[in-house]
Amino acid sequence: MNLSNSTFFGYKRENGRIGVRNHVLILPVDDLSNAVAQAVENNVKGAMALPHPYGRLQFGADLDLHFRTLIGTGSNPNVAAVVVICIEETWAKKVADAIRATGKPVAHFGIELHGDHDTIMRASRAAKEYVQWASELRREERPLKDLWVSTKCGESDTTSGCGANPTVGNAFDKLYPHGVTLLFGETTELTGGEHLVAARCRNDAVRKKFQFMFDRYQQLVERHKTSDLMDSQPTKGNIAGGLTTIEEKALGNIQKIGRKCMVDGVLDKAETPEGPGLWFMDSSSAAAEMVTLCAAAGFTVHFFPTGQCNVIGNPILPVIKLTANPRTVRTMSEHIDVDVSGLLRKELTPDQAGDKLLDSMFRTANGRLTSAEALGHREFVLTRLYESA
Amino acid sequence: MIHFVVHEEGDGVGVVVVEGVKAGQELNGWIMEDDKDLKVTAKSDIPIGHKVALRDYREGDTVIKYGVDIGKVVQPIRKGEHLHVHNVKTKRW
Repeated sequence: MNLSNSTFFGYKRENGRIGVRNHVLILPVDDLSNAVAQAVENNVKGAMALPHPYGRLQFGADLDLHFRTLIGTGSNPNVAAVVVICIEETWAKKVADAIRATGKPVAHFGIELHGDHDTIMRASRAAKEYVQWASELRREERPLKDLWVSTKCGESDTTSGCGANPTVGNAFDKLYPHGVTLLFGETTELTGGEHLVAARCRNDAVRKKFQFMFDRYQQLVERHKTSDLMDSQPTKGNIAGGLTTIEEKALGNIQKIGRKCMVDGVLDKAETPEGPGLWFMDSSSAAAEMVTLCAAAGFTVHFFPTGQCNVIGNPILPVIKLTANPRTVRTMSEHIDVDVSGLLRKELTPDQAGDKLLDSMFRTANGRLTSAEALGHREFVLTRLYESA
Repeated sequence: MIHFVVHEEGDGVGVVVVEGVKAGQELNGWIMEDDKDLKVTAKSDIPIGHKVALRDYREGDTVIKYGVDIGKVVQPIRKGEHLHVHNVKTKRW
């Protein structure tokens, strides 16, 4: 596929970023605010609440990550407007102000001194205005470079490493020269192939930062492990699918970054890249955690290669699922957006498979719902670093 | 019909890509990177996605896939047998 002069149709946001969805979010800062957020979602058709179980008595780096993830989610260009709810108004304002810096409409409400009923009423009025306002926004034609594409694989098996993941790699190699912003992560899932990622780093500074994050995560595993992590990493599903060791899983995983693109930079969790190129984000390898972090970092389309079929989606980031496993295609087709099982029968070349994924990427960016979106998969999972105070 | 694929020449394992492979069956393999064919006779029933050994292994041997170390052999494996968690373990963690 010749991508020169390729375009897609997206929503131009106030800060110049381009979204491919037009969500109005009801964003609770803490667990206590979920009930209000969900009541507002129920009152206002087209608004989407993002309930989650955290936000109380977190501190230090863990609290910073909590705020960064919520603010990043609200700031994502796939979001048109946000209503922030918190038990304490000052923290609602803190999150809302940071999202407001993007220029998009944001309202915030505290529950204390008002109670649920009054907060639901006030927040519902704001949400209704936003939904109606957002419904009049129109897509415009934009160059390919305005798309931000992240990837993470899940419920992998051996077909991931020889089919679905190299297909993502082929697509990444084609997108990279056009100035697209690309992301991968899954720190522990590089174990056994970390030297291959280090070798692909743009320069020594990037390599040093990558190695630091990789080593830090290894130390975390060493500190807390009670076994060789069998059934956790690789998971039971990975093992059922034929993956034997973390090294084998990692080497399959790394196929996603293709053969040509360089790793241009390294990010902390939910951190936003400063420019185009391929970025590594230090992250968990758990699907919903990682994809939530991708969305919080500002990515607008996601490639999710799978073997045994992890059924994940995300509330704001369209997740395009591909597999090369013919049994998964046969038994779980409603979850699969791109079938590349022909690769393993020599019916599809790697180049054709990559083009098939890119075709799906353009259609998704232009508005076609992914399988995960159509099935209502909205996994929003915040990463925790340690216990609350 | 391709029964198993191998990432590159020199790898000691192939990945079964069809359902229902039985012991005694002659399997057609395809080395993807080098676009070459090879054959091996299955000595075990091997599920789709699982690996077939392409050589004999002794305890302590290293298994190579993608041209890279993927773990150590903890029980002898004969060519054509099912190679998985019962006879290969990680060298990490």
